[in-house]
Amino acid sequence: MELIELREIRKTYDMGDIEVPVLKGVSLTVTHGELVALMGTSGSGKSTLMNILGCLDRPTSGEYWLEGEDVSRMSADKRAVLRNRKIGFVFQSFNLLPRTSALENVAMPLSYAAGRISERESRRRAEEMLRRVGLADRLNHEPSQLSGGQQQRVAIARALVNTPSILFADEPTGNLDSRTTEEILRMFQRLNEEEGITIILVTHDAHVARHARRVIHIQDGLIVQGSPAVDEHPITSDAGWEVSSSEGRGGR
Amino acid sequence: MKVYKIFRTATRALRRNPMRALLTTLGIVIGVGSVIAMMEIGAGSAAAIQKTIASMGANVINIRPGAASSGGVTFGSGSVTTLSPEDVDAILKDCPAVRNAAPIVRTRTQVVYGARNWVPTFIYGSNTAFLDVQDWTIEDGEMFSERDVLNGNRVCVLGQTLVRQLFQNESPLGKNIRIKNISFRVVGVLGSKGANMMGMDQDDVILAPWTTIKYRVSGSSLGDTNQSAASSSSSSVNTLSNLYPGGEASLYPEQSEIQAADNPMPVRFASIDTILAVAQSADDIPEAISQMNTVLRERHRIRPDEPSDFSIMDMTQMTKALSSTTTMMTNLLLCVAMISLVVGGVGIMNIMLVSVTERTREIGLRMAVGARSWDILQQFLVEAVTLCLLGGALGILMGHGGSYLVWLSLRWPVETSVVAIAAAVFVSASVGVVFGFYPAWKASRLDPIEALRYE
Repeated sequence: MELIELREIRKTYDMGDIEVPVLKGVSLTVTHGELVALMGTSGSGKSTLMNILGCLDRPTSGEYWLEGEDVSRMSADKRAVLRNRKIGFVFQSFNLLPRTSALENVAMPLSYAAGRISERESRRRAEEMLRRVGLADRLNHEPSQLSGGQQQRVAIARALVNTPSILFADEPTGNLDSRTTEEILRMFQRLNEEEGITIILVTHDAHVARHARRVIHIQDGLIVQGSPAVDEHPITSDAGWEVSSSEGRGGR
Repeated sequence: MKVYKIFRTATRALRRNPMRALLTTLGIVIGVGSVIAMMEIGAGSAAAIQKTIASMGANVINIRPGAASSGGVTFGSGSVTTLSPEDVDAILKDCPAVRNAAPIVRTRTQVVYGARNWVPTFIYGSNTAFLDVQDWTIEDGEMFSERDVLNGNRVCVLGQTLVRQLFQNESPLGKNIRIKNISFRVVGVLGSKGANMMGMDQDDVILAPWTTIKYRVSGSSLGDTNQSAASSSSSSVNTLSNLYPGGEASLYPEQSEIQAADNPMPVRFASIDTILAVAQSADDIPEAISQMNTVLRERHRIRPDEPSDFSIMDMTQMTKALSSTTTMMTNLLLCVAMISLVVGGVGIMNIMLVSVTERTREIGLRMAVGARSWDILQQFLVEAVTLCLLGGALGILMGHGGSYLVWLSLRWPVETSVVAIAAAVFVSASVGVVFGFYPAWKASRLDPIEALRYE
């Protein structure tokens, strides 16, 4: 079973008098364990596609199967539950809750989980996640006390705390400098290779896309190319995604 | 989500901006505070007014003998003598709703002290229960005793007006005054009471044991109420007539008035003019009346189809009128306080709307990580309710403190009202729900995509 299967997805926005077609029949398959970059210029429809893939939006027509479930016919609340279970999001602007500690930020999705997760259990899991992104010593720091790279790592920890089967990263490095960008991208690669987490990177930056194993180009609402990317950046052994604490502080 | 978790999320969100939360809830604080203060001060003043009315005799139930009628002519209330002191004892024994009862014997005659004389409005013969029934106090000296009542001793207690009229600046205690030529020792002075509801001076009173008034002074009951007529025609006051007897000579030395009064004939059957009873509380008056009615009808052996030979009256009308005034005032003030609660609610709604707009991205994020619209609605609703309850709690403290301050500074009576506190909690929670609903609903309707992109 494929992880993601899109069949003839169309999305049309109704702007009053005129209808604006944004996606004009996208078909796509993503298997478990892939690291895919979704590339396209602004206005190409990549954000819309990403929203549909992330179950935030529904297509006008077409079918979307996520691990054997038909998402295109789900209600908003059902999709919310699905997002909670299977999808993690990382945003360009981090979107952390202000004046809230990193730990609480990471634990936040657990409070919407279907099963009963005790206070202690969610704390433990959030702590574990923060440790894995190298922020074990920043548990009680608020976002304003963290650097951009650290904030994004908190966001990644938050996206992973529910053990999702797929991680969407929407321009995850858009607000970061080149050094932290590299750091974050390596983290994604590590997650993909060592944890087997499927990652879809949405970007307009070819440099970022080069870190993916497969690049999907989208243009005018259609996929123009879906070839495996040439891996120009082999992962070096010394720069794992598990960033040491000294590096974490240095990123500030 | 578990309830306590929701509350924790709410308090955490509020703690992010404590100053704003405090200012937002200020409307509720003031509203609830004024409700509590109004209720407490209102209840206190209502109690005080009721006490005042009670001291004016509004709680007093008046039992008077029935009217005699003969050949279609009725003679008015009190024209027969059907009440006895034993009736008083029976009422005290068998009517639990009656707190106290006192027999009353009335007369109206001249009172003399030295060179001064006065005809007081009321000369009451009663027993020691009278003071309790009338809610009266002795200002100076003491009340006559139960033993004085039993022995028919010639002692009396004077009202303020009488003291002024007869004694001017002297102390009347221990002095002897003469009522209908019978010497009474003054043992006490009653406190001042002013005019009653009919405008009669209540201080213009002499209070003496009912036995003394009955057997030594009035001789009969209300038969000679018209004392002015009796005294002008009778020779008793004018002692000169004894010196110059114009009538027939008597065989035996005639007993003087004083001698006769000093040696009352034993009377088996005493009748009294009125029984004054006081109920346990103003609310018990109807119950007390029905109990006394039963007891008296039984004692007087009146068949069920016969009319009573007595009548029972109370001043409920007056009490009702006065207490309804305070109730109305309290309600009016409550309305004002309610309006301020509504204004406070609007303030909450306003800030919650601002908060929803401000936290659009947070809402989007929460939705993206799996919050359903119900979760978002719940979160903001609980936040508003928490804010209101917080304001309510503060308001209760402030209202209570305010009424305490009023009591401290103005000595206005204050009564803690549990009902008001419960109502305040309930009202502030419902204000939270009502005014928090729209912003929460608005938040829950947000589109996660647009919310995430909101700048």
